Amino acid sequence: MDTILSLAGVGKTYKSGHQALRSVDLNIRRGEIFALLGPNGAGKTTLIGIVCGTISPTSGTITVDGHDAVRDYRPARAKLGLVPQELSTDQFTSVRHTMEFSRGLFGRAPDRAYIDQLLKDLALWDKRDNKLRELSGGMKRRVLIGKALAHEPDILFLDEPSAGVDVSLRRDMWRLIARLRERGTTIILTTHYIEEAEEMADRVGVISKGELLLVEEKQALMKKLGKREMDILLVEPLAAIPPELSEWDLSLEEEGHSLRYAFDAQAEHTGIPSLLRKLPELGIAFKDLETRKSSLEDIFVGLVSDQREQAA
Amino acid sequence: MSVGAFNGHGVWAIYKFEMARALRTIWQSVATPVITTSLYFIVFGGAIGSRMQQVGGVDYGSFIVPGLIMLTLLTQSIANASIGIYFPKFTGTIYELLSAPVSALETVIGFVGAAATKSLVIGLIILGTSTLFVDLHVDHPAAMIAFLLLTALTFSMFGFIIGIWADGFEQLNIVPALLVTPLTFLGGAFYSIDMLPEPWRTVSLFNPVVYLVSGFRWSFFGQGDVSIGVSLGFIGALLLLCLGAITWIFRTGYRLKP
Repeated sequence: MDTILSLAGVGKTYKSGHQALRSVDLNIRRGEIFALLGPNGAGKTTLIGIVCGTISPTSGTITVDGHDAVRDYRPARAKLGLVPQELSTDQFTSVRHTMEFSRGLFGRAPDRAYIDQLLKDLALWDKRDNKLRELSGGMKRRVLIGKALAHEPDILFLDEPSAGVDVSLRRDMWRLIARLRERGTTIILTTHYIEEAEEMADRVGVISKGELLLVEEKQALMKKLGKREMDILLVEPLAAIPPELSEWDLSLEEEGHSLRYAFDAQAEHTGIPSLLRKLPELGIAFKDLETRKSSLEDIFVGLVSDQREQAA
Repeated sequence: MSVGAFNGHGVWAIYKFEMARALRTIWQSVATPVITTSLYFIVFGGAIGSRMQQVGGVDYGSFIVPGLIMLTLLTQSIANASIGIYFPKFTGTIYELLSAPVSALETVIGFVGAAATKSLVIGLIILGTSTLFVDLHVDHPAAMIAFLLLTALTFSMFGFIIGIWADGFEQLNIVPALLVTPLTFLGGAFYSIDMLPEPWRTVSLFNPVVYLVSGFRWSFFGQGDVSIGVSLGFIGALLLLCLGAITWIFRTGYRLKP
């Protein structure tokens, strides 16, 4: 496996005594989209800030494509592009100038053709000579992405890219990220929107209270924990589950008014058709069916509560 | 592609950005010092100069020119550099600077270089303006330029430090208003400290601005309150002090990085 970014024992305790990160180990593969998923205050922004150099780590080492991010910061940082969560922009600078500034700051010679293309890719071409204060929030977000990409980084960090962004821009952004990935850019994003991680990421890291709880392939994570449930609402309540139904994983809910069946959505045979044929045979009448899939949200809630139980 | 040993593109980007900021407010940047200087000439040169003809053989109107330039140079250098670094901190755009492959030295060259350039230009404009009011000759032009340059650099660095230290706009103004301006007025900008009675003359020797004004005045008229060597040594020491402080700031991330 080709690792482009590696964190070993990275921790951060702020001066206030708040421990934002506890010894995080993480390896990012070249070319993947990695989603760092966690609630607000989990340490996502701190983690990104430490890698990009805006926050000093208390412990640990970060290696960017073979370069130590602290000792050898020049080649390390030249490979990184950061899109911050806050829409911080120089109000009086034009869109083109601010992108050219970013390119220069990161040590690259001017390249008008590249910046032109970037402006077009981000649908900013018509606004290229506008001052940043004249732009809407969504446009500013695009400019920040443009600034982060202006020096052609190998790794792009997006801190909460969907924060305060409308649906159409979010779709645009997902498409842009997909295009960047095709070109070989590694993308690390933080989010507390499960859909965002689910839609885009190759791998998901779940972070809570400064600890990386797990890192999994998204598919594997979904498969492992992607249980589905079906509730069968009965006409007459049952006192107990008939022994004839023992081959299905059933439980009685709502004082016998509902039969809950847990199944694996990814399995070839879910067992639903046979179950539904079996019930009338046993004289059990039902009036409604309801199925639910456990989203990353459920998985996440489960993980966090597991964590709490362990701690208790 | 990797960045070489010196990020020249980065320094140039910062310098250009800062100069563009000045050009946006070119009218204020140039008009304000010209008007202020003219007022000083009218008030000090006209009102006082009519009673006090000469100081140490130099016409009073000419005598105050170096002090006036110094006063503007100090305040402008501090103001330009402090706002230059404070503003990104205030708006949050500092994140980009902190995440960029630029060293402390390169950052300082960019910001301080731009601030010093601006105050140097303003200093020269004041010099030009003053020739409209008085006959001026400069004995040691090379020394004069060197003094302008060293002072602009040193106080731009000082301003840069203030900008990093400041937590709000009030703090940005407090050092120039409460320290630099009084020290300049009391530092012999408009008089020779030899004219003061004791103990004030001796007390004045503890005022750093005395050495700056004195050395600068020497480059015009070949005479000053203290010797030129002492003045040069003093400003050199000040420069090193500021450089040391900035190095420490970047090494520790003081007020820049949590």
